[in-house]
Amino acid sequence: MRALPFLLVSILVAAATFGAATLVGNSYVFFAGYVVLQYIVLATAWNILGGYTGYVNFGTAAFLALGAYSSVVIHKTMPMPIPVLIVIGGLVSGIVGLGMGYLTLRLRGSFFSIATLALSVVVQTLIINWDFVGGSRGAYIVRPRTTEYFAMNYIEYLFLVMLVLSVIAVFTARCIERSRLGYGFAAIRDDEAAAEASGVPTLKLKLLATTLSGAFMGMAGAPLPYYVTYLDPASGFSLAYAVNAIAMPLIGGTASWLGPVIGAVLLGTLQQVATVTISSALNLLIVGVILVAFVIIAPNGLIGLVRGKGRGMKR
Amino acid sequence: MTAPLLSVENLGKRFGGFVALEAIHLDIAKGERVGLIGPNGSGKSTLVNCMSGTLRNETGIVRFDGRPMNGLPAHQRTRLGFARSFQLPRPFNSLSVAENLRIPIEYTVNARPAAHVPAGDIVGRCNDLLAMVGLAEKSEKMPRDLTQIEMRKLELARAMASEPKLLIADEAMAGLSHAEVDDILALLIRLNEQGVTIVMIEHIMRAVMQFSQRLVVLVAGRKIADGLPADVVRNPEVERAYLGE
Amino acid sequence: MDFSFDLFGNAILSGLLLGGFYAAVTIGVAISFGMLDIVNIAHPAFIILGSYIAYTANSLLGMDPILASLIALPAFYLLGMGIYQIYHVSFERRGDEALRGLAFFFGLLFITEVALVLTFGVDYRLVEARYIGPSIHIGPIDLPLRLLVPFIVSLGLIGLLQVFLSRTFLGRAILAVAQDQEALRLMGADPIRIKRIAFGISIATASVAGAILIVIQPVEPSIARDYIGRIFAICVMGGLGSFPGMVVAALALGIVESLTSTFYGPSWTPAVGFGFLLLTLAVRPAGIFGR
Repeated sequence: MRALPFLLVSILVAAATFGAATLVGNSYVFFAGYVVLQYIVLATAWNILGGYTGYVNFGTAAFLALGAYSSVVIHKTMPMPIPVLIVIGGLVSGIVGLGMGYLTLRLRGSFFSIATLALSVVVQTLIINWDFVGGSRGAYIVRPRTTEYFAMNYIEYLFLVMLVLSVIAVFTARCIERSRLGYGFAAIRDDEAAAEASGVPTLKLKLLATTLSGAFMGMAGAPLPYYVTYLDPASGFSLAYAVNAIAMPLIGGTASWLGPVIGAVLLGTLQQVATVTISSALNLLIVGVILVAFVIIAPNGLIGLVRGKGRGMKR
Repeated sequence: MTAPLLSVENLGKRFGGFVALEAIHLDIAKGERVGLIGPNGSGKSTLVNCMSGTLRNETGIVRFDGRPMNGLPAHQRTRLGFARSFQLPRPFNSLSVAENLRIPIEYTVNARPAAHVPAGDIVGRCNDLLAMVGLAEKSEKMPRDLTQIEMRKLELARAMASEPKLLIADEAMAGLSHAEVDDILALLIRLNEQGVTIVMIEHIMRAVMQFSQRLVVLVAGRKIADGLPADVVRNPEVERAYLGE
Repeated sequence: MDFSFDLFGNAILSGLLLGGFYAAVTIGVAISFGMLDIVNIAHPAFIILGSYIAYTANSLLGMDPILASLIALPAFYLLGMGIYQIYHVSFERRGDEALRGLAFFFGLLFITEVALVLTFGVDYRLVEARYIGPSIHIGPIDLPLRLLVPFIVSLGLIGLLQVFLSRTFLGRAILAVAQDQEALRLMGADPIRIKRIAFGISIATASVAGAILIVIQPVEPSIARDYIGRIFAICVMGGLGSFPGMVVAALALGIVESLTSTFYGPSWTPAVGFGFLLLTLAVRPAGIFGR
């Protein structure tokens, strides 16, 4: 499928999703759906770096929280519409991604991952000590009941925004996969020295991937304060984001755009259902166990299992 | 005499206290076939890594095509026309055999200002290169399905896909059978006839002697001989290095 | 906050004591990451596991926490060997350490943390022992035994391991596996077996580190994450795999953290380790004491 038809189909799927959610007419569907969509964006963003170039980012929560807290700051100074907040959140997290990459990507691969783990701790420390955004007590965001423009229910509006964002993220990921850039990423993932010797500017491409990946995570986080209406460091930096962003692509399959989407829909829905029935800690334990089981038993994810044992990397 | 294609001047490299290369001088003319030999640990691979930009040399200068390359990252050297194959084949394992060649075409040939392979021609170009090394049948296979010699051929084809002026073949024949060595040798000679300058690093003396117009010997990080192959192998210092005291 | 020399001196001293403890926390990673090149980011979770075992033995049986950790040591060793076996078969042998191997350890970190939350809850837990509470006073300087005992145990642990690595055949083989697996194979040793033993030792140190952690401060499951930045910062700064470098780096971090806590407030300390890590990576990735 070429890019344009793919985009059209994605938009159709998105429209059908929104239509179906509206038909159900229960606002819980929008609340739960928002979380699943947010995970589609996060998992896709993680996979652009992790799945395509092979660099593991443990700091998803930090990038998401940077986007979310950018929105809190703007909300407190001069409120702006959510699409603008998304752009700003994306810029902030993208720049941080670039900086992290620049500091650590020239070294051994694992240093980047370790640095991202520590990044969550340091950004959280900064937020806890920053009273303007509520410090450790957290910040309240008063959300209007409806939007100004279409007089839409606000939660439906947030759902729609996240739906559009996930279409953009998935479309971007798929474009990369089929492009010169995607081949360059794959070469880096397989063998960096050989990629360099084949003319691939590895540092530049890796920086591009960390920036893009970070930016999408920040974008996913920008509407979060309006969704939760109360944001504190403990929830904004929840380890659940980091573990889900890794587990979803690895469970779905990291080689293509479809893997993170499948993983996010399955795991995201499972958790939304399970949170109602069992405790959220037990819920996360299940995600952790599934993650470990998959990386050991099914290294190419569900897509790999469907395509035949262990041969899922082939495009 | 025209300027050499590759010129290494006073190149030195140390790892901690260990001197890996000391004051290496080496000129290679356009179109030459040069053999580079030396015992294990003599610094051959370090020299290749310094020239190709994988390692930084502490002293000296590497000029390629008249241009100093110090400080240039490896990918830019490849784009200038300096290609190398790896001692142990390092294919891109998640890409098909044909796609392996796509990388240097897209990132080297198409990154140069002049030559450009249009998107529609890339697949054809990959297949031409595979046909040249005798892997036409395998283009859709994954690297892990290849045999040892096919892997070596893929490694060479990938280096060739960048349309280099100079190719360094780093032990392209180690572990191959007699007939397979001849196969690769014929391939390298054919490339040289098409105008590619080739430096062969090799332990198999039969292949080196058959291939080289000139022989360079490294021992313990120093160049101890450089000349006609027949003269070099009779050099007493070389004999001592190879046969022991 | 007012600057005073008493305050400053006490901050330096408790920083030194804290640093000694940090060295013990890091030593396991110095072995796994520094020598075996295995990025075990789950190590801090095993340390916290060690803390809870010490806590359980202490609160149920009234056992000394450090003694309890020594009894648990063989179990940790076996756990480490088991984890290495899975890691080797599933990732190392497939050449998939970078992506899935890291995700595996992240999963272990996560599972351990959540399992501890489910078992013990999120409240802080602490232990009782005779040396928790009293201090030795030398002039204006306070030497809390709560910090001094862990410091001595840490240095003892590091000294023992240093002797083991440099004096015994097995220890030398572990050092050799870091350098050249082939050479080891030629010597007739199985590198995989050596690595399994080394990884077992690395996890075994977590038992002791966990016990002295809970002697120093109350513990809850999520503090494992605070230690990740710290441990890897020390490990990298010390020049991977070098024990003396590690000890100096740990002492330095302990002092800077202690000063930060005294003069800026404890809520800033988690950022110090990370700052150290980034600074080291940016300026001298080979480590301050590396080659």
